[in-house]
Amino acid sequence: MGTYRPGPVAILLAVLAGLFLLAPMLAVIPMSFTPFRYLKMPEGELSLRHYRTIWENADWHASIWLSVRVGLVASSIATFLATAFSLGMWYVQPRLKALLIGFVMLPMIVPPVVSAVILYFFMSWLAKAAPAIGYDTFWGVVISHVVMVVPFAVVVVMVALSQIDRRIEMAARGMGASIWQASAWVILPNIGFGLVAAWVMAFVLSWEEIAVTLFITSINAITLPRRIWMGLRDNVDPAVAAISVILIVITLAVVLGRILWRETRK
Amino acid sequence: MPAPLNAATVGPAPRARGWRTGGWVLIALLPLFLCAAYLVPFLGVANWSITLPEPGLGQYARVATDPGVHSVIWRTLRICALVTLLAVILAYLLTYVWIHGNRPMRILAEICIIVPFWISVLSRAFGWLVVLYNRGILNTWAQDLGILSEPLTLVRNDVGVVIGMVHFLVPFAVFPIASVMRGLDTRVLMAARGMGAGRLRTFWEVFVPMTMPGIFGSAVIVFVFSLGFFVTPALLGGGRSIMIAEYVYVQIFQASNWGLAAALSVTMIVIVSLLLLALMRLTRVEKLVR
Repeated sequence: MGTYRPGPVAILLAVLAGLFLLAPMLAVIPMSFTPFRYLKMPEGELSLRHYRTIWENADWHASIWLSVRVGLVASSIATFLATAFSLGMWYVQPRLKALLIGFVMLPMIVPPVVSAVILYFFMSWLAKAAPAIGYDTFWGVVISHVVMVVPFAVVVVMVALSQIDRRIEMAARGMGASIWQASAWVILPNIGFGLVAAWVMAFVLSWEEIAVTLFITSINAITLPRRIWMGLRDNVDPAVAAISVILIVITLAVVLGRILWRETRK
Repeated sequence: MPAPLNAATVGPAPRARGWRTGGWVLIALLPLFLCAAYLVPFLGVANWSITLPEPGLGQYARVATDPGVHSVIWRTLRICALVTLLAVILAYLLTYVWIHGNRPMRILAEICIIVPFWISVLSRAFGWLVVLYNRGILNTWAQDLGILSEPLTLVRNDVGVVIGMVHFLVPFAVFPIASVMRGLDTRVLMAARGMGAGRLRTFWEVFVPMTMPGIFGSAVIVFVFSLGFFVTPALLGGGRSIMIAEYVYVQIFQASNWGLAAALSVTMIVIVSLLLLALMRLTRVEKLVR
């Protein structure tokens, strides 16, 4: 035996833990094909009616489209702000570095429900000052999502910047490039992958955001998670099972694709 | 126009004026945005907590003395402690196989950890609803197999909340443990086996103590995360098993008691800050000891 390997008991227990993690995702699959209008497992006959609801119902369409738009705009703004911040910190290396980083990380550390109360306060105030971007509007959701996802984007961009060689910046500087020229032509192209990773992370987090969204929207800006929430609260709507299966299949495809890509390249 | 090459532009730590101001402009955008959209509104919330419904510390007195608030806080702490314990144990087992298993085991463990991590908290809570409710998969199977005669009540109570929260938090608990296990020198384990220690003894007396910092870090992260949890308890607790986050929601949208919601928010920030400070202290002590 050349390396240390887990024993049979550990493997058995880990398999049970793995099944526990997969169980709820497997359970929604049969439920999504139920012919009933309420939460009841199919008995023999299977039906696609709940997938048809997602496919045809205008409310579901509006929510999916809203979540896509919010996600695209919020993740782009968040990536822009995070990149500017991380890049500036990387150039200047200010004495207050730790304090500034701690400050922009706050929305990630503070309990989500407290962030939700804070943003509810902000959106209620905006609703009076500038109703077009306040409570229950597209821009209100975008602003709130940017606040919530930007710390994650900062982490990803900072990790990417820490990987590159400082001397390329010195070289650009030495050859007389301005900070803007050096950023656009030298530094940013070198962290392209990190920027894409930050953007994807921000998009997924915005796409799934529910805790804050519940506090700052009501009847106009109903994102997809909020519509799923509405389908879960009172009488559980099996359409939620159909949309969950669709989202799970997409996630599974991406994760498996990535693992396969990595394993075959070795 | 390119600047001439001289000591001022090529020095090891150039502090050209344009670069410094430009750098600060880049830095400033995000903190300014967060000041406007997060810090100032937080001060507003803090202000609510001492002015609504009337000026004074009445809401904090209520947080400190009201038996209803206390029962919610105690239930939250109790559930979070149990959730932390279970999530760390499950995460530890999975990470163990993920890091030290052979290739197929590693890939399977990775799928079990990463796929739930990326799936929406709503879909996951809904999945547990399907498994656990009275006519759900678990109860139906148990009754068909004759194990149960009556369905067990597994949702709309603490059991459902704990299961759902553990499920949500396991992937978060994995990462700190994984980073410690990855850095571990496995030759020490081989040495323990070589000197005659059995599998169990090697695991308990060598492996577990060596990964203690990871266990500790993961427990604090899970506990802090679970305190402000909203969606899973609201869906699987079904309004019966109310935790502090849902209580805050109810205060704002049903009871219209913004002052109490604000006071609870400030209290939670204080508690979480203290926990994180303790974590930083303890990890520093940890480093001194090693």
